[in-house]
Amino acid sequence: MKQIVVISGKGGTGKTTLTSSFAYLAKNRDVADCDVEAPNLNLILNNTPIKRELYIGGKIAYIDKEKCIECGKCRSICRFDAIKENFEINDIKCEGCGACVEVCPNEAIKLVDDETGDVITSSIEGGKFSYAQLRIGADGAGKVVTKVRQSLISDKEKPELVIIDGSPGIGCVVISSLTGCNMAVVVTEPTQSGLEDLMRVLSLVDYFHMKAYVVINKFDINLEKTKEIEDFCNENNFEVVGKIPFDPYVSKAIKKSKPVVLFEESIAGKEIRKIWNIINEKIKEVE
Amino acid sequence: MKISVLSGKGGTGKTTVATNLAYYLSKKGKKVQYLDFDVEEPNGFIFLKPEIKNTFEVKVKVPQIDESSCTQCGLCAKKCNFNALAVTKNGVLVFEKICHSCGLCSLVCPVNAITETEREIGKIEIGYTNNLKAVRGVLNIGEPMGIPILKNLKKLITPDYINIIDSPPGSSCSVVHSVEGSDYGILVTEPTKFGLHDLEIAANVIRQLGVPFGVVINKSDENDYIIEEFCEKQGIDIIEKIPFDRSIAQKYSKGELLEDKSFIEVFENIFSKIMEVS
Repeated sequence: MKQIVVISGKGGTGKTTLTSSFAYLAKNRDVADCDVEAPNLNLILNNTPIKRELYIGGKIAYIDKEKCIECGKCRSICRFDAIKENFEINDIKCEGCGACVEVCPNEAIKLVDDETGDVITSSIEGGKFSYAQLRIGADGAGKVVTKVRQSLISDKEKPELVIIDGSPGIGCVVISSLTGCNMAVVVTEPTQSGLEDLMRVLSLVDYFHMKAYVVINKFDINLEKTKEIEDFCNENNFEVVGKIPFDPYVSKAIKKSKPVVLFEESIAGKEIRKIWNIINEKIKEVE
Repeated sequence: MKISVLSGKGGTGKTTVATNLAYYLSKKGKKVQYLDFDVEEPNGFIFLKPEIKNTFEVKVKVPQIDESSCTQCGLCAKKCNFNALAVTKNGVLVFEKICHSCGLCSLVCPVNAITETEREIGKIEIGYTNNLKAVRGVLNIGEPMGIPILKNLKKLITPDYINIIDSPPGSSCSVVHSVEGSDYGILVTEPTKFGLHDLEIAANVIRQLGVPFGVVINKSDENDYIIEEFCEKQGIDIIEKIPFDRSIAQKYSKGELLEDKSFIEVFENIFSKIMEVS
């Protein structure tokens, strides 16, 4: 089983557009939406939920008011300012470390399960699809990503290929999406922000010794910046595997909840097909 | 005063709104501070181009084990809720990147073999363009947790300034850390199904925090009804629309601010609506 992750550094560059098209073009594959904070792939892939699992991301402190003598030891030991004036726990700030439990002289505090969100597994044509719905302000989103991916690969019938829609950024959520993947496809746009975030996310990919291929979306919006991105990639040995032109069919496709490659006339769709053929060959070569 | 700009989804125009609003207000002679809380991908400085005057390292505490006094009893590893410590035959291993710096291990060690040392995870930069103060946090590559940087950024919010916070995308703890305590929240969205879906999530987050808010539709076009219907049903104010305009996209791509008269009006409107509410 091999895994490809689509990431971007910067948000809104076209990860989901690319992933949904790859998912349509690939054979014998499962798909995971690991942009767990803003999952959009479920809006495009025609999917039927088959399983919903409550995910416990960690622990959270709970103070029993009957036992609490309001001595304040918990508040002075807590480094996250998670204990309010009225000796209640601030759910969002508590990291569940348990230091308060340790110092409480009256055993008034215990750690309870923190319900981070739900992991949903759906059936799609030719495979499975998993994504998450998080509770507001959920901590440990990186761990949810791991759970979303596990729900596919822990299955007895392992897929040949898993295609992962990553999240923006370079932090724990992205790191959890990258871990164990065979290849990253990095989508960028020809803007100064796009270039700077691309540099940061490629450093991250390098840090994990992963192979990365770059796609420049809406490349014809600023040819000068596109050239700058290409030069940067050449100098740093990252291969640009495709340049997708700006195409109004992309927003039409989103409106109709369909992958853009389904629209025969779409010039973006044509380029994505080419990109997929290249990626599909490369993933076969990867150990 | 603290105004947060958030969006749920990435790439909808948070930074465009936050930087231009800060710039507009500073031009009007207000005391303004722009703070980029999107520490994983801070882009505001590309547009504001401040001259950086101060840089601070952000450090977190991690346990340091004194091997000579450690009895390898294993209590630290057993009590750690993040699995950041492991006891092996050769001593105690510390997995620094998953440590939350809570200090529990040193608290429970029966022989006081654990002290704490510091480790850098990123930095904070402070700069100026004319009379506008600009602050950003930058997370180091390979570091998973940006929250300690956000906590340090929050200390730089000063009440005598208008503080404009450029939040990270998404809806998790880092967004909550950025937005809580704000006097007003600007939710930037775009008129697509994705935009609407993520706007719903962001609206839930900000409601739960009890912060008054309004919506700015960016890349506004004939599909605005997608957002308008939702906002009407939920009783949410649409405070401004920024048109889908090639010149804006071009300026953005080059890292330039929108200084034309037509846009000044947009930011004037946004600010006067905020003043009405908060």
